Amino acid sequence: MTTTAFKEPVRRAAPGAAREPRRRTGRLRRVSLPYLLLLPALLLELLVHLVPMAIGTVMSFKELTQFYIRDWGTAPWSGLGNYQVSVDFDAPVGEALLHSFFVTVGFTLLSVGLCWLIGTAAAVFMQDTFRGRGLLRALFLVPYALPVYTAVITWVFMFQHDNGLVNHVLHDQLHLTGEPSFWLIGDNSFYALLTVSVWKGWPFAFLIVTAGLQNIPRELYEAAALDGAGTWQQIRRITLPSLRPVNQVLVLVLFLWTFNDFNTPYVLFGKSAPEAADLISVHIYQASFVTWNFGTGSAMSVLLLLFLLVVTGLYLLFTSRGRRAADV
Amino acid sequence: MSSTRSPVPGTRSPMAPPRSFLWSRRIFLTLLTGFVLIPVYVMVSSSLKPLADVTGKFRWLPSGLTVRPYIDIWSTVPLAKYFVNSLIVAGAATIASVVIAVFAAYAVSRYDFRGKRVFTVTVLSTQMFPGILFLLPLFLIYVNIGNATGIALFGSRGGLILTYLTFSLPFSIWMLIGYFDSVPRDLDEAALVDGCGPFGALLRIVVPAAVPGIVAVAVYAFMTAWGEVLFASVMTNDTTRTLAVGLQGYSTLSDVYWNQIMAASLVVSVPVVAGFLLLQRYLVAGLTAGAVK
Repeated sequence: MTTTAFKEPVRRAAPGAAREPRRRTGRLRRVSLPYLLLLPALLLELLVHLVPMAIGTVMSFKELTQFYIRDWGTAPWSGLGNYQVSVDFDAPVGEALLHSFFVTVGFTLLSVGLCWLIGTAAAVFMQDTFRGRGLLRALFLVPYALPVYTAVITWVFMFQHDNGLVNHVLHDQLHLTGEPSFWLIGDNSFYALLTVSVWKGWPFAFLIVTAGLQNIPRELYEAAALDGAGTWQQIRRITLPSLRPVNQVLVLVLFLWTFNDFNTPYVLFGKSAPEAADLISVHIYQASFVTWNFGTGSAMSVLLLLFLLVVTGLYLLFTSRGRRAADV
Repeated sequence: MSSTRSPVPGTRSPMAPPRSFLWSRRIFLTLLTGFVLIPVYVMVSSSLKPLADVTGKFRWLPSGLTVRPYIDIWSTVPLAKYFVNSLIVAGAATIASVVIAVFAAYAVSRYDFRGKRVFTVTVLSTQMFPGILFLLPLFLIYVNIGNATGIALFGSRGGLILTYLTFSLPFSIWMLIGYFDSVPRDLDEAALVDGCGPFGALLRIVVPAAVPGIVAVAVYAFMTAWGEVLFASVMTNDTTRTLAVGLQGYSTLSDVYWNQIMAASLVVSVPVVAGFLLLQRYLVAGLTAGAVK
């Protein structure tokens, strides 16, 4: 990982006192060049992510209601007040937040699990070439390639009570339900959200696992076949274990994206999600922009970030144990 | 759909897979194809239906085919304007994001410097920030920059471009680092010996060798910007509105023109889906060489 390549010429030029000034500017350039290359990325990350995050954290300690929004610096400090409100689980605000948190955890676990399972199964089944594989692979990537809102709007249409496909199939054609169900309000909304999320999300797992499979050396399979291992055994003994490092990253990325997903529930349900599908990001959005209480909204966001940091940290700690994470 | 006669070269097992495997594969892939295809079918067929077909009970087959929705979508809401806005925003964000990511990834891949680890970890961890956490502060920052300098970021395409390009930046940098690492160092060393500067080595040697990775990153950046909803709904106004927000215009009207919504969704999706499917080969290659390694 170390780059001696670019230091070599400098060091070689070192002897020769006459060239001292040139050497110094040369070295200055060598030292500053990587920083120069990183500067645009760094500035943008600062402007759009890090500084706003710091400001958001400060805001979480302020009593920031709509009266102060024009000049938020003048809002009175509230200490830990916003946090106390957020985690007071006996009061309505805290109770709603806790409920939303549990809904999000359940939703995320199910969605990530299903996305991973379907994506991996599809990738493994499609590892061997067969007629129509290219076409099928392209088709499978369509949900991922579709812009989120067009995909979700189509599902909204399908979930309509009176003119949607889902009720037509379940009620009119299969007679599984006594009455046409409501899908976008009430308890069913959780399953509607899960379906859309999995439909849109599994191709990403498929894509990553497909890429991961190509790094498994073919000799492993040949050796296993010589030892008499059948197809199923090869999958269990070679394919799945070889995918472990890919899965480590894949599951984490899926988890973070799903947990923070705003676009899907927002387009599916509009500004106020039904209670059964009240994902945390929409919940916080509502707490901030609908009730105009930005201090509390910020405190909830900070709590969410802390939770994600802890989970990610623990996850990396446990999954990296034994295999030292290569330094980036 | 999935029939295998004999073992094909370049496959997993040198021997024919057992019947149980073939049947599981057939069943699984058939079900999955149905799951994937149904919404796509609904989108396409509904966009060609007369209004009566989409307001009444759902019907698998249209009572008649019409292209009327494809004509009406342009006048019901100013779709063309939204389209141009989305094109400008996503296009500019993609180009900027790719250029910036190439520089950053080159620095990390080829140089040793203090703070390298801090940089990569920080950039990657921004990926986990909930968008909602920095939405409001960012909004305040943009407004304040506008008041102080006269540069309109809030409500403008510029502000949205700036925001979106940072969304794709972490993943792009991460993927390109892996990709650049796989380009042999001897190549750019040789270029340096031949008198190319570091930029020359980057542009003439590393970038051409990493084209698949760069294309993949560009596809990802474009899709991210084209599909984002949250910031678009807060940070745009009537003249800068993008498709992500504009499409909701069809359903807030008194009648819900589902056939038009589906037609508009299709028109909006076709460019990205076609582009993605044409370039997905690069994406898989890029992921294989970069991120997944």
